[in-house]
Amino acid sequence: MTYTAWIILTAALVGMACGLVGVFLVLRKTAMMADAISHTVLLGIVVAYLVTREVSGPAMLVGGIAAGLLTAFFVQWLHSLNVQHDASMGVVFTTLFAIGVILIATSVGNVHLDVQHALMGDITFIPFQTVTLPIVGDIPEATVILLLVFLVVLFFIVAFYKEWKITTFDPALAASLGIPVLFMHYFLMGLVSVTTVASFDAVGAIMVVAMLITPAASAYLWTDKLAVMLVLSGLFGVVAAIAGYVIAFWIDTSISGSMAFATGILFMLSFLFSPKHGLIMKYIRPSKIAHST
Amino acid sequence: MWDTLLNSNTQWVLLSTTILGVAAGIIGCLAYWKRQNLMSDALSHAALPGVVIAFLLIGEKNLFFLVIGAAISAFVGALLIQWITTTSRISEDSAMGMILAVFYGLGIMLLTIANRIPGGDQSGLDSFIYGQAAAMVTSDVLTMLTLALLVILVVFFGFKEWKLFLFDRQFAKGIGLSINGMNTLYTVILVTTIVIGIQAVGVILMAAMLIMPAVSARYWTRSFLTMILLSASFGGVSGAVGTWISAMGSGLPTGPFIVVTAAGMFVVSLILGKEKGLLVTYIQFRMHRKKAKTRVRVRTGGVT
Repeated sequence: MTYTAWIILTAALVGMACGLVGVFLVLRKTAMMADAISHTVLLGIVVAYLVTREVSGPAMLVGGIAAGLLTAFFVQWLHSLNVQHDASMGVVFTTLFAIGVILIATSVGNVHLDVQHALMGDITFIPFQTVTLPIVGDIPEATVILLLVFLVVLFFIVAFYKEWKITTFDPALAASLGIPVLFMHYFLMGLVSVTTVASFDAVGAIMVVAMLITPAASAYLWTDKLAVMLVLSGLFGVVAAIAGYVIAFWIDTSISGSMAFATGILFMLSFLFSPKHGLIMKYIRPSKIAHST
Repeated sequence: MWDTLLNSNTQWVLLSTTILGVAAGIIGCLAYWKRQNLMSDALSHAALPGVVIAFLLIGEKNLFFLVIGAAISAFVGALLIQWITTTSRISEDSAMGMILAVFYGLGIMLLTIANRIPGGDQSGLDSFIYGQAAAMVTSDVLTMLTLALLVILVVFFGFKEWKLFLFDRQFAKGIGLSINGMNTLYTVILVTTIVIGIQAVGVILMAAMLIMPAVSARYWTRSFLTMILLSASFGGVSGAVGTWISAMGSGLPTGPFIVVTAAGMFVVSLILGKEKGLLVTYIQFRMHRKKAKTRVRVRTGGVT
């Protein structure tokens, strides 16, 4: 496969994995947790680097997931102590991120890791770091990891579809049925962390946030069915990845930045033209919409 | 150790981060009671494209123009968030997350282009965006000071109005206070505080400057005025201490140290705070239990 194809494939995998997880973030109104976790993952990666002294996939994956879960735990804990939910998020993630930046500046010495790289990502270099697999041959390492993560996310969402649905739309009912609501919350945060860490090196934190929230929010404007929303959201992620690449190629600029921007364009289109909740349809038939909601 | 403090450039930087901390502490209280803590995070990211566009237009790093660009772009972000939340079924946190990521993505696109044009690479645009207070020059400091003082004055002269606007909107409307006007003014001063803070602490950590002092102050008082004063001093102290620590080493980033200082104060407030701090809550819990036990003992003692 060509250089371009690998980049698009990798970005599309990010789009699909993030799109699936993002649906639940948007529906549970905890979208900003994506932002929080994508920043604190940096601390996990730095600590993993300081412990193992090498830039390796597995250690960083573990570190990142631990940092993500730690964030979710701290936020929940502060919230249980009567701190406003968004305030506790703001306190926790900025602190952990600041510690991460300080560690980079003092102990890592800007050699292999730097904040800017982590935030913007460097998808351009993905095709150069390959691993050899049986049958398929050389595959970029990041693509393999993202494929695995996508399969894991897909598996858990399909396997616990009913549980996700009930805990998202009616947590009280879920609790009365004996579904562990809090555990599902942490589980979701775990999935967000896995997806974020895997995408982190490839596309950077900010594109992860864009891919987690925007396709899901766009899909939310097109449908009222959870299954359809999941499919649409994943699809929008892929479309944004391809469109973003085209834009980046066209004006020769940052690929991950353009992909984040492309998700925004998709959302704006949905916001204006969606047949169900779009602005234009609301303008054309205000009474009918008002009646149905 | 004291040498760093006597250095005149450090003194200027110290002064500006302190004033910035005070301003952010005050505005943070307004944001806290408007329950829009993370709005500052979204808006500071949304400022990025404006910064780069301003740079591309004038071709040099002039703080005044960069701040204007940042303010316009953050303001557009704020309007979009409001528009999306009020006209569609998207909740506010999703809207904020989207604006944050998409604007930031656009900013990165433009930044890549700006870094490619001749001279763009050395312009110090990166240090502006990721926060390097030590890179500030005297004119930057003066711009910051003026704007920060302006923001502080707006809050103090309209203190009564702000209080009504935040705590009793119906009454405020009743006596003829324009809620829309107050909302716009709030967004304007929030955006101003954010954009002047970007240079000192960076787009990512600016949110902490607004959130942490206010949340910490909440643990010490029930009065709004006291909360604002406390939050302002927490912000000022963390700005000063953070800058001082980062000035002691070479190449240490300012923003993270300010944030960690603020976080330390938050932890102290959380534990020792007079209002619902962990220690006070625990002691009250013990006392209640003791009282309840003696009461039960007295009652049963009477019966038997």
